[in-house]
Amino acid sequence: MNHPVGYAADSRLRWTEYLPWIVAIAVFFLLPNYLSLGARVLTFILFALSLDLIVGYAGIVTLGHAAFFGTGAYVAGILSAKLGLADPILQLLAGASAAGLLGLVTGAVILRTHGLAQLMLTLAVAAVCLEIANKATPVTGGADGLSGVTVAAIFGQFRFDMYGRTAYLWCLALVFAGWWLVRRLIYSPFGASLTGIRENRLRMQSIGAPVYLRLLTVYTIAAAIAGVAGVLLTQTNQFVGLNVLGFEPSGELLVMLILGGVGRLYGAFVGPLVFLIAQDYLARQFPEYWYFGIGLILVLVVLFARGGILGISDALLRRVRGRT
Amino acid sequence: MDALLSSLVSVAFHGVAYGMILYVISVGLSVTMGLMGFTNLAHGVFAMAGGYILVSALSRFDLPFPLALALSFVLVAAVSVVLERLLYARLYGASELEQVLFTIGLIFMSVAVARMIFGTLQQPVELPESLKGPLALFGREFPIYRVFLIVFSSSMIAVLWFGVERTLWGAMVRAAVDNRAMAQAIGINTKRLFTITFAVGSGLAGLGGALGAEIIAIQPTYPFEQLVYFLIVVSVGGMGSLRGPFVAALLIGVTDTACKYWLPQFGAFFIYVATIGLLLWRPAGLFGKSA
Amino acid sequence: MRIPASFCMTVAVLAMAWASPAAAQTVKIGLISSYSGPGAAQGDQVDKGVKLYMKLHADKLPPGVKVELITRDDTGPNGDVAKRVAQELIVRDKVQILTGVVWTPNMAAIAPLTAEAKVPFVSANASGAKVVGMSPYMTRLSFTLCQSAYPLGQWAAKKYKRAYSAVSDFAPGHEAEGCFVRGFKEGGGEVIGTVRIPLANPDFVPFMQRIKDAKPDALFAFNPAGKQATAMMKAYGDLGMDKANIKYLGTGDITTDEELQGMGDAALGVITVHHYSAAADRPANKAFVAAYKKEYGADLNPGFMVVGAWDAMDAIYTAIRAQGGKIDPDKTMEILTHYKSTTSPRGPVSVDPATRDVINPEYLREVRKVGGKLANVELETITNAIKDPLKEFEKK
Repeated sequence: MNHPVGYAADSRLRWTEYLPWIVAIAVFFLLPNYLSLGARVLTFILFALSLDLIVGYAGIVTLGHAAFFGTGAYVAGILSAKLGLADPILQLLAGASAAGLLGLVTGAVILRTHGLAQLMLTLAVAAVCLEIANKATPVTGGADGLSGVTVAAIFGQFRFDMYGRTAYLWCLALVFAGWWLVRRLIYSPFGASLTGIRENRLRMQSIGAPVYLRLLTVYTIAAAIAGVAGVLLTQTNQFVGLNVLGFEPSGELLVMLILGGVGRLYGAFVGPLVFLIAQDYLARQFPEYWYFGIGLILVLVVLFARGGILGISDALLRRVRGRT
Repeated sequence: MDALLSSLVSVAFHGVAYGMILYVISVGLSVTMGLMGFTNLAHGVFAMAGGYILVSALSRFDLPFPLALALSFVLVAAVSVVLERLLYARLYGASELEQVLFTIGLIFMSVAVARMIFGTLQQPVELPESLKGPLALFGREFPIYRVFLIVFSSSMIAVLWFGVERTLWGAMVRAAVDNRAMAQAIGINTKRLFTITFAVGSGLAGLGGALGAEIIAIQPTYPFEQLVYFLIVVSVGGMGSLRGPFVAALLIGVTDTACKYWLPQFGAFFIYVATIGLLLWRPAGLFGKSA
Repeated sequence: MRIPASFCMTVAVLAMAWASPAAAQTVKIGLISSYSGPGAAQGDQVDKGVKLYMKLHADKLPPGVKVELITRDDTGPNGDVAKRVAQELIVRDKVQILTGVVWTPNMAAIAPLTAEAKVPFVSANASGAKVVGMSPYMTRLSFTLCQSAYPLGQWAAKKYKRAYSAVSDFAPGHEAEGCFVRGFKEGGGEVIGTVRIPLANPDFVPFMQRIKDAKPDALFAFNPAGKQATAMMKAYGDLGMDKANIKYLGTGDITTDEELQGMGDAALGVITVHHYSAAADRPANKAFVAAYKKEYGADLNPGFMVVGAWDAMDAIYTAIRAQGGKIDPDKTMEILTHYKSTTSPRGPVSVDPATRDVINPEYLREVRKVGGKLANVELETITNAIKDPLKEFEKK
């Protein structure tokens, strides 16, 4: 349901909002062989949440969001493989800070521009990050990627095992934290102002809202969350390679988000879930048809179903309930 | 000193060849974005298509090289007309996000189709014998094909500029880029103008992709990998202008080649940093109009 | 009570089935290869090698033992995908042995998994020298770059004074560069420059131009075989470097057999050192090439990756036979690391039990026209058995 957000909106948890967590816990017990896929879905849900903040709520179109994801991923990897610091919480904090800092610095510059220049700058920043990772071989492993990443047990107790049990629960905990944070943000006056900026920036400026600062804040927060998602990827895979950076992962994430429904909290849940599961299943059997299908769905969604899966389900529910 | 001069000549030569190709491909994007206000990230798809058409024409159908080049222009332009009328036209008024998403979807689809038909690897180009090997000029040797590239691209560019400066079509394009509403008000059929211009721009992209198939490898992930460069040319050069992207493309071509030659350990780093710097200094591009 | 005859028959049949020894043991082998992305051509070679071996040796398995091959795509040099795919093969599909892997970083990524799950892994291609030591359950039947680059360096120093090195910028490239330079310098030569070319589909011409302008006597090159080998060869030809008396040298990757026909006359005279050439005269190789052409097409040639996969499967089948189909991880590793064969298409091949790495023959080859087609003609055998030099250097 696309409920209104912002300070005036009702922010109590609806019953449907318990569903994702129930499903996640059920998966842990019922599908123990699929936990590594589950951890991947959770990582991308967190990543998609961060993108939704920027694109869906603040209305900034970015093609380079993977820069923050990749920064978090590489920082965690470098800390472990090159500096021997394997504590997962330390890696998390370092990755989030590095990504957030990058978001702050680049956002300060990018958010002053608009249109093609802004789009280009987001792409250029991501391209710079990719190129650094590609060339700084002694630090990042270059084209070979960074292997030998070890992650110590969380709190000294929970080891990252081969079945992905610990990884899954760790990702789930962080997705929960991310979700809680994002939800608080969008139901606050800050969230209302974001929607205002997205809908009509000029008017927001004319009523004296600090548009630039608001955008910079949300950009930085989203960058930090994306960084956390990147750290999770490195910790679950114990490897980080160049494919976490660049235009392709940014583009794929946009697809996941649109698929679920951009501008709504649970679009970021539904999109990656459907995309990654379909990819795991279909891409194995028919890799080319899969890629074609994703592109086709994207085109169709943009042309006919702008709200994504959640938008379609909204429309169906409305019809079922008899409202127009 | 002689060695330095020699390397400067090498860098300049290869850089100009690369830059010309970039321009031929990107000029269509510049005009499309300036004229139609449409963020067409899928522009690389047309270049890739042109490259594949050339490669297929040469190896599978054994067509002569000039015919293959002509085909890469004509076929891509024709397909782009169909795409424009059926799909792009629906999104002219849409938000930037929607245009971005739509074109990304097109990229995904074309990457998949390319893989399905041609496989995942870069395509080797079978040049005609007359264009292979080195050519002796001014006491140095240059690859004949790259000399041909520079000469041919220059003539295409000259034709294009003449077309835009001197013909009626060109005048209409310039008018519509400057002020679309006004152009419509005085009776210019913008719909048809868009289609024709889109076709020319895409055809040129196809031609550029075909010509440059040796420099920029034709493979399914082409639109993803090269998009940055095309967008840099347009944004640094100035959306909607013709001369701006030309300067930008040459700058990028020469800088990129210089970096590969003298500082290969930095790769394309300087290009991106320079782009960021240039865009911050002049957000509308070197020759663009500020909003 | 009369017992119906059908009942007795059923009981009898069931009793026989119950009592029969080793009823249909299936050994599950997981093949991780690149079927999409930049490694697709190499991955295809590995795949062909594995499947051809299995087809021709189905009767060499112990009675009642079947081999089930499960293939998964790692989509290129993506260590995270390789790791996930390996984990799924082990946990979901319950494979007992893993093989394949084109790219070194992928092998590095799955190393901890093989150690934790105790699943033996035999590399059919991935060649990074250090990786095989990352897990006690990993071994290799392919090659390492140094086995070819080091002897080539030593040989080249006798004929050429000044060399330039151009390699692709990833671990095998760095190894090739390091070992060639060492061998060349030890032989008294001078390396006047080195350059590392980006791995992702580069335009070779600017790099080659720089090398041409530096005027070396010889150019040592390495690229990841496949289409890049052809592109690099073209750049060499287009710039007229053969006429400028810059000899093109390299490991066998630069004239890889499956691509050689497409390289044109620019390839003639190129000297390489490698452990396998499709043009070799050995009877085992002739039979192998004939079988390959029969299966996959008379126009195709097997490259060294097919042979790597072939020998990996041979080692695995040896282990299966020795254990009668019951795969114990430690016993399997014991058998694999003591594997020897003289009937491989490449000649004599074995595994060094101390390092678990492959011991290869190395041949000096030149590209010549044989029967109207280009071939890597083996001129001389440099050595019958060379261990990975990098590990040997470290011992000293």
